[in-house]
Amino acid sequence: MIRALLLSAAAVIAVPAAAQDVAIVNAKLVIGDGSAPVDGGTVVVRGGKVVAAGAGVAVPAGIERVDAQGKYVTPGIVAAFSRVGLTEVDAVTGTNDRSANRSRFSAGLDIAPALNPMGSPVAVNRASGVTRAIVAPQSSSNLFAGQGAVVDLADDMDMVTKPRALQYVAFGEDGSAKAGGSRAATFLLFREQLLAARSYARNPATLAEWDNDAMIQRADADALVRVIDGTTPLFVRVDRAADIVNVLKLRQDFPALKLVLVGVTEGWLVAREIAAAKVPVLVSPLTDLPGTFEQLGATQSNAGRLKAAGVDVSVGVFDDDDAHKMGYATQYAGNLVGLARVPGASGMTWDQAFASISSVPARAVGMEGSIGSLRPGRAGDVVIWDNDPLELGSRPTAIWIDGKAQSLTTRQDRLRDRYLTPQEGALPKAYDR
Amino acid sequence: MIRGVKGSLLAAVSLALVGCAATGSEAKSAGDEPAAPAAKPVKFNKDPYPSTYKGYPTRLTVVKGVTIFDGEGGRIDNGSIVMTSGKVDRIGGPDMELPTDADVIDGTGKFLTPGVIDIHSHLGDYPSPGVDAHSDGNEATSPTTPEVWSEHSVWPQDPGFSRALANGGVTALQVLPGSANLMGGRSITLKNVPSRTVQGMKFPGAPYGLKMACGENPKRVYGGKGRMPSTRMGNFAVNRATWQKAAAYKKKMDDGKAVDRDLAMETLAGVLSGEILVHNHCYRADEMALVIDMSKEFGYKVSTFHHAVESYKIADILAKEGICSAMWADWWGFKMEAYDSVNENIPLVYKAGACTIVHSDDANQIQRLNQEAAKARAAGRRIGIDVSDEQAWTWLSYNPAKALGIADRTGSLKPGKMADVVLWNGNPFSAYTRPEKVWIDGALMFDANDPKRRPVSDFELGQPGEGDVK
Repeated sequence: MIRALLLSAAAVIAVPAAAQDVAIVNAKLVIGDGSAPVDGGTVVVRGGKVVAAGAGVAVPAGIERVDAQGKYVTPGIVAAFSRVGLTEVDAVTGTNDRSANRSRFSAGLDIAPALNPMGSPVAVNRASGVTRAIVAPQSSSNLFAGQGAVVDLADDMDMVTKPRALQYVAFGEDGSAKAGGSRAATFLLFREQLLAARSYARNPATLAEWDNDAMIQRADADALVRVIDGTTPLFVRVDRAADIVNVLKLRQDFPALKLVLVGVTEGWLVAREIAAAKVPVLVSPLTDLPGTFEQLGATQSNAGRLKAAGVDVSVGVFDDDDAHKMGYATQYAGNLVGLARVPGASGMTWDQAFASISSVPARAVGMEGSIGSLRPGRAGDVVIWDNDPLELGSRPTAIWIDGKAQSLTTRQDRLRDRYLTPQEGALPKAYDR
Repeated sequence: MIRGVKGSLLAAVSLALVGCAATGSEAKSAGDEPAAPAAKPVKFNKDPYPSTYKGYPTRLTVVKGVTIFDGEGGRIDNGSIVMTSGKVDRIGGPDMELPTDADVIDGTGKFLTPGVIDIHSHLGDYPSPGVDAHSDGNEATSPTTPEVWSEHSVWPQDPGFSRALANGGVTALQVLPGSANLMGGRSITLKNVPSRTVQGMKFPGAPYGLKMACGENPKRVYGGKGRMPSTRMGNFAVNRATWQKAAAYKKKMDDGKAVDRDLAMETLAGVLSGEILVHNHCYRADEMALVIDMSKEFGYKVSTFHHAVESYKIADILAKEGICSAMWADWWGFKMEAYDSVNENIPLVYKAGACTIVHSDDANQIQRLNQEAAKARAAGRRIGIDVSDEQAWTWLSYNPAKALGIADRTGSLKPGKMADVVLWNGNPFSAYTRPEKVWIDGALMFDANDPKRRPVSDFELGQPGEGDVK
């Protein structure tokens, strides 16, 4: 009986196909831009992109029509800060490309060729409703970790939506350890490497002069030039309130830096400064323990207070599991809704919370115009859910990425099905598939 | 990585137990040869660090008009509870007679449950902040350290305790050594109350546990040091040799012979006599099956397999053997032995009729075990396993209490049991719900509406965010 149900559920969605034109009708439609859900909504996807979404949208003739039966229909979740695709099993080093710990290179590293779209974390995260991810390398032995990418989680070989979409660097205790044991060394090394890159941009022959002090290679300088001029957003991990203030000051020397703060555990203590600087933040919102001395002020109200101060707050899943459990984004966002009901606490409205895991992270990485919402022109990343997507245990029943219907079946589902009855039958389990 | 090691490696043997050696020896002399005067039974103090916990002041309290999950699978809509003198006096429906002189709380739209019990925590042993100076959870200097007691590492000022109380409704927890060692040491069960001393947190009369660990962690830690074990077969060889030694030690004591006191053997003898409960970190199904045979070879019982990500593959065996599985809802992929995790592990174990527990092994997730249970319940429902809310609550209170040997005192809302109770501001299986009030032994220890009922550890006093909502 159980098996029959599973089979029939699987049959609803076909294996990935070519981009299809599709209209999803009768939806509780969530645009993802912070607006309220619309009942009886329709979203139309053509040529892989959203062409219209809302109530009263006409369904073009001849287009495939999917009845959402009043269920939630949303843009796919954008994982705000992750390592999905960079690792299969964290502790199995050969499968783990998070950081290049013994590389001579730093800022020049580009994760794009390290991504594995066939890895099981891609499928598992996709099945939980995540369709795009901002993927950053992890800090390595050098100050700059390298260039991350924006990726899709579709069931195909082309994972990169935007390569070199960000540069990642950690300040605070982590950066201090890399730079020589003090925050003073972090700030100086950061400045020297950027100055070296700028000098190199003006005259490549000068790089050698900087080499001993700045410790960067040509490829690193190439990447940092794009950071200096604001082409590549600079994602900075920083938690302590004082460190946040000092990182914001980096723009005094390098005014075009496009800063995005990651972590920001004590951000609420300097929320006004962050808001005034118009710098977006990515937070893992349930961090509430002083795990380090730079997180003494940790509180789950951090995200809500930052939001209330006017900061663009994206909600991510990190400092926990940043590769396998991107689906926690919806749970974390739901918790922010719950916090709004706790006396003295700050959270978000449902609409804000959903936007914090869809359009807001897209905006942080400069891609608000192409992913993260169902506004016209965005990628056709659409999810139909069995229930309120921010509620516990809700799951997608159908997903399109770039207008292509996606498989929702994972390796985990196959294992589950094999052991629905644990006892072996006439033949061992190995024959049961 | 840290999680894997911490969680899996710790094995603490805690020894608050009562009379492992002495009991055995008395039983034997009584049954066999009453006249043997020569062998004077050796008695060691089995409770040298006794609990000093006593409940905090209580008031006669009624919560009425509330939805109750009783912790043993029962549900009462529009129900009431009476708490008096630290105990559950009674629960019932709208017709139940209520005292007139009680503090009355209107529970309309709210839910009332037994407090959450986390059977797998390292709070205090791996506290926040996680600085090296606080890393006290793994005595990773020998593959078997049954002589260490996790309570001797617990830092009562860990801010994690108050987070678990206020955000998670956790009223009791087992603090285990880590999983670096095959036999990591004794665990301790605590009431989740702030205290100057660990003795002030110890759950009175709770049996000790022995933390054991299978698999990757012990062989990696000691293999990495060029020592045995470096393989899974090495894990078993070291375990078996150690159990053999413990059996000989126990026999000597049972026979009334003089022994040099050996703290390690004392713990293991306590396991063999059934006074200390085995909590075995183990991920893979095949390894769990081998551990079951090892336990029979040496005559002990595994209370609970912890982590147990592959319990779904042998749920029938676990049901038959009466062994609990303490599981996450969906953790996976962080290490090889966590690769075959499925989201339906918890409901599949439940469906097989085996003892099902949701655990955390984590200072963050202990704050939302109710949410983890909700995810597992939903995963089960999707494959046709019907789990009601009130049944799922057994995973969070009664079953862990049973596995810890304290179910006669807490874990459900039966009359006479400890009033360890949480009032939630909505259905606790919703992401939008938080604890509103938490009572431990009938004393109000957290109240979301009263900042003065929000514990602040010494560490957080005078720091940014002191007394914040967290």
